[in-house]
Amino acid sequence: MNQIHTDVPGNAASHDKPFNISRRGFLGTVAGALVLGVAVPGAIRPALAQAAAAAAAPGTRVPAFIEIRPDSTVFFRSAFIEGGQGIFTAMAQIVGEELDVDPANFVVEAAPPGPDYGLIGGYRFTGGSFSVRSSYDLMRKLGASARGMLLQAAAERLSVPVAELSTEPGRVMHAASGRSLAYGEIAEAAARLPVPETVTLREPKDFRWIGKPVERLDIRAKSTGKTQYAIDTKVENMLYAAVQHSPRLGGEPGSLANEAEVKVRKGVHSVHRLPGAVAVVADSWWRARMAVEALQVTWTEPAAGTAHAMPADFSSAGHMEKLKATTGDGVVFEEQGDAAAALSSAAKVVEATYDAPHLVHGQLEPPSAVARWNEDGTLELWIPNQAPEMFQGDAAKVADIAPEKVIIHSPMLGGFFGRHFLYQSANPYPQAILLAKAIGRPIKLVWSREEEFLRDTLRPMGVVRFRAGLDQDGNPTAVSAVAVGEGATGRWFGRQPDKVDSSAVEGIAGKIYAIPNKRIAQIHVDDPAIIGFWRSVGHSMNDFFSETFFDEMADAGRKDPYELRLELLKDSARHHTLLQAVAELSGGWKRGPFAAEDGTRRARGLAMASPFGSEVATIAEVSLSDGQVVVHDVWVAIDPGSIVNPRVIEHQVNSAVALGVSSALLEEVVYIDGLPQARNYDGYPILTPDMMPRVHVRIIESGAPIGGIGEPGLPGVPPAIANAVAVLATERPRSLPLSKTTFEEKKA
Amino acid sequence: MELNINGIRQEVDIEADTPLLWALRDTLGMTGTKYGCGVAQCGACTVLVDGQPTRSCVTTVDTVVGTQITTIEAITDDPVGRKVVEAWVVNQVPQCGYCQSGQVMAATALLKETPQPTDDGIAAAMVNLCRCGTYNAIAAAVRDAAQA
Repeated sequence: MNQIHTDVPGNAASHDKPFNISRRGFLGTVAGALVLGVAVPGAIRPALAQAAAAAAAPGTRVPAFIEIRPDSTVFFRSAFIEGGQGIFTAMAQIVGEELDVDPANFVVEAAPPGPDYGLIGGYRFTGGSFSVRSSYDLMRKLGASARGMLLQAAAERLSVPVAELSTEPGRVMHAASGRSLAYGEIAEAAARLPVPETVTLREPKDFRWIGKPVERLDIRAKSTGKTQYAIDTKVENMLYAAVQHSPRLGGEPGSLANEAEVKVRKGVHSVHRLPGAVAVVADSWWRARMAVEALQVTWTEPAAGTAHAMPADFSSAGHMEKLKATTGDGVVFEEQGDAAAALSSAAKVVEATYDAPHLVHGQLEPPSAVARWNEDGTLELWIPNQAPEMFQGDAAKVADIAPEKVIIHSPMLGGFFGRHFLYQSANPYPQAILLAKAIGRPIKLVWSREEEFLRDTLRPMGVVRFRAGLDQDGNPTAVSAVAVGEGATGRWFGRQPDKVDSSAVEGIAGKIYAIPNKRIAQIHVDDPAIIGFWRSVGHSMNDFFSETFFDEMADAGRKDPYELRLELLKDSARHHTLLQAVAELSGGWKRGPFAAEDGTRRARGLAMASPFGSEVATIAEVSLSDGQVVVHDVWVAIDPGSIVNPRVIEHQVNSAVALGVSSALLEEVVYIDGLPQARNYDGYPILTPDMMPRVHVRIIESGAPIGGIGEPGLPGVPPAIANAVAVLATERPRSLPLSKTTFEEKKA
Repeated sequence: MELNINGIRQEVDIEADTPLLWALRDTLGMTGTKYGCGVAQCGACTVLVDGQPTRSCVTTVDTVVGTQITTIEAITDDPVGRKVVEAWVVNQVPQCGYCQSGQVMAATALLKETPQPTDDGIAAAMVNLCRCGTYNAIAAAVRDAAQA
């Protein structure tokens, strides 16, 4: 319903205000649906959106985002994909604030591909903790513009000047006559009006929903099993597919010894060879899976020169040794003063090497893809993704059709953490496209958890060598760091050989402490694994390295790590305040060791990080139990400048802490002979409920430019834990995960 | 084979060793119960079999013939299930939500068996994995549901 065929606007609209296609007479109505904005059949949406690109700047065309329904509820198309971070609710809060509609009356879906949604410098992706900060101003203006159109329509209907009108949530009010109109009653008329030349935004002091702990829109459906993830997609006449991948990337299926037997298994439709995999199509996924796993496949060796083929001799331990053995000064990324000179004249030099392993994303929803070729030549895909246009472009190449013929549906993500970017060898949709084409029916392809462990992209492996110089009073005068490895950004978006990929050094570079001489550099070493973005990317390990080394420096100079940080931040009010806030939140800084009420001996560690435009200070309290680390409490003070939803922030910080604890304590991908040793959670433990610490959050709105929320809570967690462990243990943690080490407690 | 799911008898024509999860999801189209790991590690597939929380990914259909199977689709038909769902909403528990069908089923099973669980009892029963780390909210919601 509410679907309207429409042509593309033919002339350019203003780029600085929302563009209403209806003013040029393209809006129509059907079946009594009076809409502000249009819903067009999926098949022509991409073409419409692309043609509209010439007409409106991203984020300004009201109908691309907002549709007011006859019952005055708002259907909103979000440029960003929801995967638990609360972005749909944030969009409803931001737009609803200016439109004057209670966020509870929004229905939000991920928008289809189209240039209207390229809100991040013309591009569109859900990541980098960019969603709110990249769209906040635009989405407020969009909501205000739509409200302005409703006011104008009401003025005409009531024959009164606009100036006499006001709005209450969902209604236009005429106080003088006591009359009012629901938005739904005037949506159609509003859609025929010009977009206001200027809009007035609400004063932040008058916000009703922005900045408030508004309930999330997706909670009840998720609490009752009603949410549809990609893996839950059903389309008429579809068959199910399961795959078996080449154990090493780059291998191709050779002979299938028992293909004839497998083909006649109950429910099996067909057996297929795909690039790097074999597939079985059947009438249920279980039958497809049992059949494909029964296939006896001889895999070829990767052809010479195959890009990113997994070497037969690749081992995690071997690659770690290689990184550690790679010496040199590297390519400079950040430099201040003369670190070499300061180090050579230092009273004391501290040196340490740190490392962190490959990690999987481990999101609970296994990857899937539903592919359907339509009679009109379009290809329709339901796929978990963080970047619809990028997937559309790649799918078009696989399908050998024009991108506008690929219709992308982006369902709710069952966790992502960086998993669902365009990583060709890690995405199931190319296989689904080929299978659907081959059998002439829609396909639902699901990767088993075991196949997911084989093909997920990994957080890069990292090694960093640090040197610090201290003066005679123990104050740091120089820090020099060389990171060895490869960054995910360079892998997927192109690396310049003479430049450092910032994702390889973020969290080592960009530190906030007033240390006069710094040199942060990198040596690129290809990572043999298919690497990807993992929640908080480089920061997820680099802040562990740099903040743990900070405490080593402090200890070497006989300084308390909290006091030393305060001293080195004395000229930065924002950071000074933040650090004091986390100390206060935890009841005052105390490093320990101290005895807890339950008799355990505990200590606290501290870390600071500056990820994704926000500032974070973290304290963790730990004890040791049989040499293993137990995390009891984590206190996080976060300053994202300004906020949209404090409750969502608290929950996102909880989530980031969980992943931070999990990665610090437990997680490690181990390859031997080119094969990952874990193929499910039984071999790759992730944080369990009994290991979850209490989490205490303080939000500080410093008024600085708005920063990210989804990732920033994570980077401080591993170093805060490690710094606490260093207080208790005879050995300082320099290698993750901590569960590899049985720590011995220092004598009291 | 005949299965009794949410009080309705359903005939399924599948192999006896098919996991209940896939009978639900593919044969019967009930996708509220989730596939996470397939090896009883994560608990996303938790359903109730005669009231007991059961990992449907490793429970073959032949073993549940003649039992009462309850899935998330019927959760609000149960007074305890309704309390749990309300507590989940009040505590805003889900993030991505993918594990939450299983979490809600596990919590409902716990509170039907033990209406006033201790914190240790909650910890012992609520062992399903959540990659978003909603564990603290889950524990708070179970405590709230017990008080409701």
